[in-house]
Amino acid sequence: MSEAAVAHYLDQYARLPQSAPVWLNGIRAAAIDQFRRTGFPSMRQEDWKYTDVRPIIKRNFLSVAAGADAARPELLDGYTMQAWDCHELVFVNGSCRSAYTHIRDLEQGVILRSLAEVLRHDATGIQPYFEQVHAKSQSAFDNLNSAFLAEGAYLYVPDGVCIEKPIHLLFLAEQRPEPLVGHFRNLLVLGKQARATVIETYAGADSAEYLTNTITEYTGAASAHLRHYKLQQESLRGFHVGSLRATLGRDSELVSHSLSLGGALVRNNIHAELTETGAAATLNGLYIAGGKQHVDNHTCVEHRVPHTTSAGFYRGVLDGNARGVFNGRVVVHAQAQKTDAQLSNANLLLSSQAEIDTKPELEIYADDVKCSHGTTVGQLDENMLFYLRSRAIDEKTARSLLTFAFAEDVINRIDFKPVRERLELSVAGKLPDTELIRNFMA
Amino acid sequence: MLNINNLHVSIDNKQILKGLNLAVQAGEVHAIMGPNGSGKSTLAGVLAGRAGYTVTAGSVTYDGRDLLTMEPEIRAREGIFLAFQYPVEIPGVNNIYLLKAALNAIRVHRGLSELDAVDFLSLVRNKLKLIKLKEDLLGRSVNEGFSGGEKKRNEIFQMAILEPRLAILDETDSGLDIDALKVVADGVNSLRGGDRAIILVTHYQRLLNYIVPDYVHVLTDGRIIKSGGRELALKLEEHGYDWVREEAAVA
Ligand SMILES: Nc1ncnc2c1ncn2[C@@H]1O[C@H](COP(=O)(O)OP(=O)(O)OP(=O)(O)O)[C@@H](O)[C@H]1O
Ligand SMILES: [Mg+2]
Repeated sequence: MSEAAVAHYLDQYARLPQSAPVWLNGIRAAAIDQFRRTGFPSMRQEDWKYTDVRPIIKRNFLSVAAGADAARPELLDGYTMQAWDCHELVFVNGSCRSAYTHIRDLEQGVILRSLAEVLRHDATGIQPYFEQVHAKSQSAFDNLNSAFLAEGAYLYVPDGVCIEKPIHLLFLAEQRPEPLVGHFRNLLVLGKQARATVIETYAGADSAEYLTNTITEYTGAASAHLRHYKLQQESLRGFHVGSLRATLGRDSELVSHSLSLGGALVRNNIHAELTETGAAATLNGLYIAGGKQHVDNHTCVEHRVPHTTSAGFYRGVLDGNARGVFNGRVVVHAQAQKTDAQLSNANLLLSSQAEIDTKPELEIYADDVKCSHGTTVGQLDENMLFYLRSRAIDEKTARSLLTFAFAEDVINRIDFKPVRERLELSVAGKLPDTELIRNFMA
Repeated sequence: MLNINNLHVSIDNKQILKGLNLAVQAGEVHAIMGPNGSGKSTLAGVLAGRAGYTVTAGSVTYDGRDLLTMEPEIRAREGIFLAFQYPVEIPGVNNIYLLKAALNAIRVHRGLSELDAVDFLSLVRNKLKLIKLKEDLLGRSVNEGFSGGEKKRNEIFQMAILEPRLAILDETDSGLDIDALKVVADGVNSLRGGDRAIILVTHYQRLLNYIVPDYVHVLTDGRIIKSGGRELALKLEEHGYDWVREEAAVA
């Protein structure tokens, strides 16, 4: 099956127009070559041990021709964040729709455009970021992403500039007769002391079957500060493979919130390189899955120099026959003394059929470090349930309340109100007695 | 009001209650005393509907209805309230909202209208004065980070708001300072009478100086082996439980 699928994507690649800049064609060619050699990952590979990608492989997703459709996307109203005064780029079925893009009053020197546009006009500025070697640990999906690289968002913030309005990148997938794949490459570049808030939302029409294959590359110079939110609300028949790859310079800070609610089969990767002293990464995550959903979160933080900090805090709620995977890797290299690394992952299993495979992986080669990790898997606390019921609260509401309270531990870490509220709504929407339980929240 | 007849209860095949009899009429206050591990909290848990118990024999009726088949929330709505020996902390669930939801669930069950925010708050203010609970505890998560005494006070505060018909206080006096003890006593005494009844589980006759019970029962090894008036508590305090056990063994 894998050979046929590989052939399918090679064929798709062969049909790509060769309109890109020459250097990009080189990158694409190298990537498809690597893909040809490796094929799709199997569960024999450590990195994919608990996630079977065959449902993705067997579907032969098609790439879309850019700008194919001009009708106003029905999904837009449900997901736009225009009400909160943000810059917004909207991508539909794989390509950017400039008609729905709102970018106003950008600060001096800031660039925010779709990648397709940048590639069409002046791509020299972005070339160095693509030629950075990320060669090791490229998965088949990463290679496909590079091979089909054409669309996404490009943000450049010059030294000392703080972008006041949040930036919302909205990726929508509509119901289509044939299953489509959207390959996105977002490039975020923050100069020294630059600051920005970026929200990525991925959503799809209820019964749409499609694949989102997305990579966000972030480079933060000295003292840059990025708040990054990823709201994964794909259709329950949609597939999602996405990565955030961050490289943090001196005293640079990344606060990431990965919120994974939708999708039939989802893999979220975060890879943070702390390359200079004082760099700090905070990785918060929440995944909620029910039915037959499969959600896999892999995080990896590399502490490469002394005095860097990372804190991972992931929580998962799994119901029905859902399957969760959490793999939190922290590597403290030999020279990275005085590293402070914490990692925690707690899981709530609401049904006896739900499953989670959780594994912290600490690789510590330095001796003067502060590292801690903890993972838990549990059910709702019977004593708490009984306490609530003894106070006249019915069982269903009591369960919802405790589940919501568990998720709130992550949600409360979100200091950007629109995202927090949207998330609370979506989370509460998955539980019974939504209206009632919202009042209870401490 | 409450009739416990020959109640046998086991946990994981271990027999805890072994033929317990107790009848509580409206308006009465009953104190239950007994050594550690004798089954007092088990009894309280069975009455409130905690899971994990197996009733192997006997019956419990409440207003003539089979109590044991009711869900815990229905018992609460029917007027049963348990003040826990160890109130659990519930992070993320707001104390005051829980109380409002509890009160309204009970009111609706009784065919009354729900209290709106204004009426509820004025009720809360009144009871706060009575129970002398620190107001900032209300806005916090249920019992989270409360001191031992604050947790107990919070239980009594809930009781004062919910005005149960049958209140079961499981060692609410343990770990309380003298002032708090009086507060608990005031809370209980203000509920006393009419068609309400109270069961006090305690180790110390000191509480009974403030809440004078109509009956005192001695529970040892899963059974009530002696009952009497207030003076029984004084005698227990002075002489311990051995003489009661011996007496029971002879009889
Ligand atoms: N969940 C349980 N599993 C096993 N044994 C239990 C459980 N709960 C209670 N027991 C046992 O039942 C017996 C009675 O316990 P219970 O808590 O009712 O005692 P108590 O009279 O309230 O004691 P104390 O005065 O110390 O509060 C004890 O031996 C206790 O260990
Ligand atoms: Mg006890």
